[in-house]
Amino acid sequence: MNELNPSGWRPAMGTAPITREIETFTGNRALQLEEALLFEIGSSDRSGVDFDVVADFDLSALGPNVRKTAPNLPGLSEPETVRHYTRLSRQNYAIDLGVFPLGSCTMKHNPRLDEKVARMPGFADVHPLQPVQTVQGALSAINELAVWLIKLTGMHGVAMTPKAGAHGELCGLLCIRAALEAKGDPREVILVPESAHGTNPATAAFAGYRVENIPATADGRVDVTALTARLGPDVAGVMITNPNTCGLFERDLKVIADAVHAVGGYVYCDGANFNAIVGRVRPGDLGVDAMHINLHKTFSTPHGGGGPGSGPVVLSEALSPFGPLPFTARQVDGSIKLIEEEDADLEHPQAFGRMCAFHGQMGMYTRALAYILSHGADGLRQVSGDAVLNANYVLRSLDDVLEAPFGPAGHCMHEALFSDDGFADGFSTLDLAKGLIDEGYHPMTVYFPLVVHGAMLVEPTETESKAGLDQFIGAMRSLAERAKAGDELLKSAPHLAPRRRLDETLAARKPKLVYKHA
Amino acid sequence: MTRYFTKDHEWIAVEGSEATVGITHYAQSQLGDITFVEVPAVDASVAKGDSASVVDSVKAASDVYAPVSGTVTVVNAALEDQPELVNSDAEGEGWLWKMTLSDPSELAGLMDEAAYQTFVAEL
Amino acid sequence: MRYLPLTATDRSAMLSVIGAGSIDELFADVPEHARLTAPIAGLPNHASEMAVERHMAQLSANNITAGSVPFFLGAGAYRHHIPATVDHMIQRGEFLTAYTPYQPEIAQGTLQVLFEFQTQVARLFGTDIANASLYDGSTACWEAIAMAARITRRNKAIISGGLHPHYVETSRTMAKFTDDVLDISVPELLPDPDDANLIAKIDGETSCVVVQYPDVLGRIPDLAAIAAAAQAKGALLITVVTEPVALGLLESPGSLGADIVVGEGQALGVGLQFGGPYLGLFGCREKFVRQIPGRLCGETVDADGKRGFVLTLSTREQHIRREKATSNICTNSGLCALAFSVHMTLLGGTGLANMAKLSHHRARQTAERLANVQGVTVINRHYFNEFAVTVPKDARQVVRDLADRQILGGVSMGRLYPHVDALSGGLLIATTECTTEDDIAALAAALEEVLA
Repeated sequence: MNELNPSGWRPAMGTAPITREIETFTGNRALQLEEALLFEIGSSDRSGVDFDVVADFDLSALGPNVRKTAPNLPGLSEPETVRHYTRLSRQNYAIDLGVFPLGSCTMKHNPRLDEKVARMPGFADVHPLQPVQTVQGALSAINELAVWLIKLTGMHGVAMTPKAGAHGELCGLLCIRAALEAKGDPREVILVPESAHGTNPATAAFAGYRVENIPATADGRVDVTALTARLGPDVAGVMITNPNTCGLFERDLKVIADAVHAVGGYVYCDGANFNAIVGRVRPGDLGVDAMHINLHKTFSTPHGGGGPGSGPVVLSEALSPFGPLPFTARQVDGSIKLIEEEDADLEHPQAFGRMCAFHGQMGMYTRALAYILSHGADGLRQVSGDAVLNANYVLRSLDDVLEAPFGPAGHCMHEALFSDDGFADGFSTLDLAKGLIDEGYHPMTVYFPLVVHGAMLVEPTETESKAGLDQFIGAMRSLAERAKAGDELLKSAPHLAPRRRLDETLAARKPKLVYKHA
Repeated sequence: MTRYFTKDHEWIAVEGSEATVGITHYAQSQLGDITFVEVPAVDASVAKGDSASVVDSVKAASDVYAPVSGTVTVVNAALEDQPELVNSDAEGEGWLWKMTLSDPSELAGLMDEAAYQTFVAEL
Repeated sequence: MRYLPLTATDRSAMLSVIGAGSIDELFADVPEHARLTAPIAGLPNHASEMAVERHMAQLSANNITAGSVPFFLGAGAYRHHIPATVDHMIQRGEFLTAYTPYQPEIAQGTLQVLFEFQTQVARLFGTDIANASLYDGSTACWEAIAMAARITRRNKAIISGGLHPHYVETSRTMAKFTDDVLDISVPELLPDPDDANLIAKIDGETSCVVVQYPDVLGRIPDLAAIAAAAQAKGALLITVVTEPVALGLLESPGSLGADIVVGEGQALGVGLQFGGPYLGLFGCREKFVRQIPGRLCGETVDADGKRGFVLTLSTREQHIRREKATSNICTNSGLCALAFSVHMTLLGGTGLANMAKLSHHRARQTAERLANVQGVTVINRHYFNEFAVTVPKDARQVVRDLADRQILGGVSMGRLYPHVDALSGGLLIATTECTTEDDIAALAAALEEVLA
């Protein structure tokens, strides 16, 4: 019997009960891997890039400011670099992993075709100041997207260059300002509904306006009576989000627009939620003068962990002459002309200026154009339809366990809004949100909009399947019951994520923004 | 020394023509952990109701209004390193600034301690 | 439709839960006069992946790409070699398809990257701290001017003629709507930058002096002298770096006394991309921390005492301060920051210095060769990887003629300063480690033809 099992290897299921917290030597927990800081593992004499060595460098043309030593920047070899960033990536939640119901942020699937297209050399490897004759294809792509945006919104023109939604807002308000100043009628006030995203008042203030808040009605929409009562010769315009931040369509936008126009003002529409209505209604038909479009929301360019975004602004006929430089114009021979400072005096004399260097976010334009061409006019209409369908499905599947303040008033648009009403004493929206993390989801938007106590804003988007939503709804129902029953474990959630709740007070009181040797 | 309170949850302790200003214990309890206090400039003249200081918590920045008009004479330098004093002792060590009063009659519009406690109880 | 998972069966089951007869019914709040009942006319319907790819490839083919010809453009956007690892890492779905890290427990990957990025930028710039990035160099430049005004409570900014004209124009546009006054000038085709002029203009009302390093002509200002003059009058020195690779060989602006350093990070990891998205870099002294625009990532601990990172000092930002925010910025340029950081990690300090040396070496070779071309005069006394030359005719036409010969031969100053006749003969020439000796020979030969 001696030779029966010489290796000693006897597979077993290991049924011994766990009687203590499992600690590991490394701090890793199987596939959940800890990763040190670059500054703890790298060194400035290590590199993952090889360069030709040129003998006898002559540095005399650099002048007196030549460095004595190389910058103190740690390097890693290529395998170490790949591992460092791969391990870090695995500590992130992402759309690619599951439902990402972050209200008003529109976390939908990012098609990989769009990534491939953006990397085509004619878009990725051209310099912004090449002679125009050598970049006709790139300029055509910008122009083609511009035409789509104009037609989808029923507007007259578009300023492509703003680099993000907030930058687009600023561009739109500067158009309004330039238009009023051109009439010799500079005004002081921008009206903003109290439910607006914080960028709206911030932008209006940066454009030099005084912000006045307009209240909402009990059904979650702008109080039209209060708004029209405030209109007058000092009002430059209003900023209205439609669909609004409560996930509702502002039915009276046209009425508001007519009233604003009657007193000589302009209507800015925050287009952050355009994804809910694309192909269903054109803002131009509702009297809008300017609206930014977040390409990273409606047209699904990737969010990239916080940018880059892109915020083109569509403009009415009244505001188009004031849009910033540069922009493209298709000529009768089919070629694309780039209107820059050189031609502005002749072709666009009232431009208010320039929003940034070069031509804006080319890499986002090509992705958005590929997305739009893939869907086409019919597909985009289905996009908004399915987005609204999914949101209403979530709303009606949860409104018996969670308070939906505007639920009884009718259908929502692309996002469902709930409050913390009915939670056990001491339990908050934050606890439910952190519980979602343990369930394997990214939390919804919390505490926004401000008009609802303990707001939870759920935006499923059109790229979630019914089966995926059903599981998410199940998790939400379970968490709602736990919050109402006062399950103490929820108050310290998450328990299963790479980190538990982080001490934000410590971070803000004693800011440590860069690595320093201990 | 007499202590007065405002509806915006500031307190002001007056001794002659000098006064000390801070936010109330109730205010700090609502704000949560204070992370930073932006104090006014010494010698700044403030009018009653002006935003004279800002108190930051993790998720909010709150203006502190001058309860009365006057000139700032001293600011609480300890808050620079220890903003948490506003949490631990809002109506004592966590004071924000001292000032001279230009119009003591403005005090008449403020609440005394009992009136403020009643006011807070009804919130 | 390949991106939409719902089937007809799903849709009808969901509608019955909702209690609606059709999807169109869900849009009842849209006024009838504006409600569209069919796809918008005159636009094509959906297309296959193959069809879209083919169309985009046709557009892409209708350009002369930088990598296909001798290439010498710079002026704020530089073509350095990007290691394959960079694009691989930024295409990890966990980075690419994540959101701004508002839920730190499940966003430590992005947050640690931002913390490392901030540290890399601060060390490169020689500043105490840096933020998590802004849109691009031009918008970062304006944000720095606005920040200097908040700090100094003054509103007069002196802008060097050597600042990139798009940056000047962006700042000038923004200043029209604020109280800020910008003292602007255009550059002159001289061997040295305008340091003395700047210093002479600084007075007790100056909030800041804005100096590009190296400047738009590639000249290298004496930052230490300008910093001392500015600080003597209570003003701040803002230094703008459009070619960060230069700092592999040149002393950092912070070490020379700059109070705020901003820049364009595109040269590392991001690529040309016809101008965007790019990467705004922003560093400054620690004492200005509560005045910084944009996102900041900070170190802290979790409930178990483990090190972790969060977005911090958010009370400066628009979603809390609303109309009192330090800036209206929401997004940063996260994925570009990742690309920059990965490239910088692959390089390390020594690698960056080697890349800078090679870029500079090619510039020297180019300058020496072009100096022998009839009619060409090299302007700069000093330069890193970009310098100005003059040609005896309108450089805009010279650049177009070179392009006809399949050479992308630089940026004409007439394109950048269309209304300044004195600069119409100016041509900016940039090189990087990608430039070959054959490229240099081809440029020189073609210039000889074009100028003959």
